[in-house]
Amino acid sequence: MPALNRDDVAHLARLSRLQLTDAELDHYGEQLDVILGAVARVAEVAADDVPPTTHAVPVVNVTRPDVIVPCLSREDVLAGAPAAEDDRFRVPRILDEEAP
Amino acid sequence: MTDLVRLGAAETAAAVAEGTVTAEEVASAHLDRIEQTDGAVHAFLHIDREQTLSAAAAVDARRASGDQLSALAGVPLALKDVFTMRGAPTTCGSKVLEGWRPPYDSTVVERLRDAGVVVLGKTNMDEFAMGSSTENSAYGVTHNPWNLDRVPGGSSGGSSAAVAAHQAPLALGTDTGGSIRQPAAVTGIVGVKPTYGGVSRYGLVAFSSSLDQGGPFARSVLDAALLHEVIAGHDPRDATSIDAPVPPVVAAARGELGGVDGLKVGVVTQLQGAGYQPGVQARFDEVVALLTSMGADVVEVSCPSFEYALPAYYLIAPSECSSNLARFDGMRYGLRAGDNGDNGVEQVMALTRAAGFGPEVKRRIMLGTYALSAGYYDAYYGQAQKVRTLIRRDFEAAYSTVDVLLSPTTPTVAFPIGERADDPIAMYKADLATLPSSLYGGPAMSLPAGLGDDELPVGVQLMAAVQRDEQVYRVGVALEAALQDRWGGPLLDRIPELVSGGAA
Repeated sequence: MPALNRDDVAHLARLSRLQLTDAELDHYGEQLDVILGAVARVAEVAADDVPPTTHAVPVVNVTRPDVIVPCLSREDVLAGAPAAEDDRFRVPRILDEEAP
Repeated sequence: MTDLVRLGAAETAAAVAEGTVTAEEVASAHLDRIEQTDGAVHAFLHIDREQTLSAAAAVDARRASGDQLSALAGVPLALKDVFTMRGAPTTCGSKVLEGWRPPYDSTVVERLRDAGVVVLGKTNMDEFAMGSSTENSAYGVTHNPWNLDRVPGGSSGGSSAAVAAHQAPLALGTDTGGSIRQPAAVTGIVGVKPTYGGVSRYGLVAFSSSLDQGGPFARSVLDAALLHEVIAGHDPRDATSIDAPVPPVVAAARGELGGVDGLKVGVVTQLQGAGYQPGVQARFDEVVALLTSMGADVVEVSCPSFEYALPAYYLIAPSECSSNLARFDGMRYGLRAGDNGDNGVEQVMALTRAAGFGPEVKRRIMLGTYALSAGYYDAYYGQAQKVRTLIRRDFEAAYSTVDVLLSPTTPTVAFPIGERADDPIAMYKADLATLPSSLYGGPAMSLPAGLGDDELPVGVQLMAAVQRDEQVYRVGVALEAALQDRWGGPLLDRIPELVSGGAA
């Protein structure tokens, strides 16, 4: 089983957008190792010729009539926003200062 | 006067319809009961007395004007805090959604309103429904009303505790890997996971989209069926909703489809024996003997792939969760942390998610991210989906020879609060018996089977084929009657009286 080192866990945390301390990285790393060891048992099953199941009860090509229906009002949507300005979501800068 | 909080849902609705009591009196009695007992139980995260009483008064007004009332009009219900409802916060047990008031009703809430069901409040849960004990809530642990030092199960532990504590005759939960059935089992009540796609997921905050399913908690099989019928049925706003008639669950729970005489019942070899507590196994064996004495044809059925349900589940569910929970980025709703003018958007997201999510959610997001990453996808997520196919085939083979499958709902009775809190694998094992039918998608019910180790409730699980939900009600109601006959009354009659307002 792959043993996760701190760099691996830090990489996972970055992909997951989770800012973790070194102590947290070590703690989660140990736990993830144990969990991965347990779930890796799926590999014991010979299933090369078995198709995957993505949904319990598959339904396909679900569409609705192409008709305009009312959506939520701007006030209702922005009421839950952490920050709003000029009828829009206000977000932190999305580019680094040094970006071209 | 009758103790209104002891009445079942069907009895309550009948009393309201006959006019012997008003919906407002019923709601008020339950709100009082919550006030007296929730200091000890902590089932609820949000109560709005005024709003609840005005919803109840509206039902009384409808009755007074001669409107045709539904079979559950005026009945109070506890709603798991994962369903959106206008006018109330939805937190999913997470700091990341603290204070968020959704701008829309979930489909199930819409259907409850139409049926005149009165929502009492929102119940505690493991954060984003990840857990088996309700200890993963950011808002404190819920206590099992049978023994306040024990967990009420999870993730729908607030809902199960509320029904067992007579705070509500009905509750709604969600079940992804056992989150309705397991809490129902350990609190001595009835809980049903309908067929996947049977109940709309619109407005149900997603954890694992291919597995999540809403369903009822109640103190009797009939009450569960009545609620099941109200919330089920096709919803165009959920693309995975099944466009077919709701199985006849109420008729089945009224015994109109027949009893168990001549029915073929399969006992699953892999879901008993080693790993199951002696008291759990003993109650289960008694149920099997009872069904045989009632004329059911009980056979043993082997489902070898069930051995791999736990590892497959703990790859599929975290993978889906890592994708679904990406939406909690602190931009459009909920918590935002570290927005100080210096930090860029990615850093704000990472700080927000670090501050807003608890340890189990972080573990599962990272686990899912790992299982979905390039180079590991085929070995983990891909392989788990193939195992899911094998589990489905085991079920299909079983249902070609038997009508229902039977197992204990959980390996143990309610465990002590704190015992498994930092041991993920031990916690995951609470769902050993419920995971297979989650992966398959068929309906499954947990029914009280008696008291086991430490005089705590044990549940028996009834499983049926996809879209045959009526089968679990048919067997469930017959078994319930036979067991209560033996006990001399409902199991819940033996629950200790809660000290009024006492702290746990």
